[in-house]
Amino acid sequence: MRFMYIVTSPKPMTGPNPALFEAISKLRDRELKAGRMIDDGGLLPVATGAQVRIADKKLSVIDGPFVETKEMIGGYAVFDLRDKEEAVAMAREFMQLHLDHMPDWEGTCEVRAFFTNPCT
Amino acid sequence: MTAADTNRTILATWRIEQPRLITSLSRMLRDVPLAEDLTQEALLAALEHWPAAGVPDNPGAWLMATARRKAFDHLRRRRMLSSKHDVILRDLQQEQGAMPDLDSALDDDIGDELLRLLFTACHPRLSREAGAALALRMICGLTTEEIARAFLIPEATVSQRIVRAKRTLSESGLAYETPRGEELSVRLASVMEVVYLVFNEGYAAARGDEWHRPQLCHEALRLGRILAAIAPLEPETHGLLALMELNASRSAARTDAKGDPVLLMDQDRALWDQLQIARGLRSLAKARELGGAGGFYALQAALVACHARAGSPGDTDWRAIAALYRELAALVRSPVIELNRAVAVGMAEGAAAGLAIVDALQDAPELRTYHLLPTVLGDFLEKLGRHDEARVAFEAAAKLTANAREQTMLKRRAAAAADAANAGK
Repeated sequence: MRFMYIVTSPKPMTGPNPALFEAISKLRDRELKAGRMIDDGGLLPVATGAQVRIADKKLSVIDGPFVETKEMIGGYAVFDLRDKEEAVAMAREFMQLHLDHMPDWEGTCEVRAFFTNPCT
Repeated sequence: MTAADTNRTILATWRIEQPRLITSLSRMLRDVPLAEDLTQEALLAALEHWPAAGVPDNPGAWLMATARRKAFDHLRRRRMLSSKHDVILRDLQQEQGAMPDLDSALDDDIGDELLRLLFTACHPRLSREAGAALALRMICGLTTEEIARAFLIPEATVSQRIVRAKRTLSESGLAYETPRGEELSVRLASVMEVVYLVFNEGYAAARGDEWHRPQLCHEALRLGRILAAIAPLEPETHGLLALMELNASRSAARTDAKGDPVLLMDQDRALWDQLQIARGLRSLAKARELGGAGGFYALQAALVACHARAGSPGDTDWRAIAALYRELAALVRSPVIELNRAVAVGMAEGAAAGLAIVDALQDAPELRTYHLLPTVLGDFLEKLGRHDEARVAFEAAAKLTANAREQTMLKRRAAAAADAANAGK
């Protein structure tokens, strides 16, 4: 089963400190070599992005930064794992690294399974 | 949380940590079968302690510490019996003192260790079935029960297979292998055979089989990804991965609502997984870039790619397929491949050209009981208007197959050919 991990934070994104970066890199390498990680990416700051929004039947384009945003998406990853339990265990390990190396950081790693065609 | 939920969480956590655990232990002890035993013991310890105490913040460290303690105990016990263990024990104790952070040093070598695990599990001295069981156990973290369910064999059989395989490895001094040079390619071929066996077992799963069977395709894909990640310069690892991704991409279309198989040419192509096809084609391209276009798996992947690229049956590039079969036939002398080539040539150049190839196969001893030979023959004869001969061929094919559905279909074709023959008279 494929899972997407979406990491968000209410605080402005400063990126991982060197210790966290190294720890995440090792985890990433392990998961690539263990054939479980399919894709990942860190996203550039919200200020450089844009939103295409629909409200009141009208479509509008807004350049970042976005005043009303409470949570900012920092990055994502896609994994191929057995089940939701594995996905949660993986997310815990990833987030524990944040707690270990950057204890002031706050954020969420949301775990979502991919929709699959019911015929499979 | 119920006890069952807790156990599932513990098992999932163990599975996430398992690759690092077994590679670390394997390197530490220079003994793959023993490392496997200890990772299992660590799991049992977790199942015993974590329900009450909770899952630790750093489960990996807990499991590693537990396994290491058991490793020391084991080695201390065996110290009396062998000086080799004495040396390892002393080395371990020295390393323990001088390098308490052994784990982080091993992070760099996880690729090497995984490769070693794969080579050991898939050693040519073991049967492919034993290799599959060991690989699924040691690298994919499947339980004995899960392996048994996946292969539709008794759990006891799998247990025995694994125990015997480990014993063979230990007793033959093959517990920790690092093939090099020419041997590497041969051993890599062994590993790929096992991975492909696992894939095909999963691919053969019928709808109605529980999920453990088709799940084998996912495990095989994972093994394939591992191989491609840890041996990226070997073109055939990419070829094998391409072949598996491209075949798996048709999963949703392969059975109809009743659960009966649907032939490739009759499948609803809207159900083919295009992202998986794209991944497969990228792997195939990588294999080619590395000069491996003519490899066994790469050629088969290229064949499947021809179908994957065709938006509809009419778009199929049969000439390309025929040419690829010719290459494959040159690589692997196989009348079955020749037969497939005949079908492709028939589609590309017409029934007469296809028939010429099939005629040459009539006496092949390997195909004597292969129902597809008379089936293909009948198909060509029918297309050429030789209905009575076609009837004879379809009747012969019906006799050769044990599959009831196929028998019915072939008898129907024989009857249709008889009607056509009579209509002509």
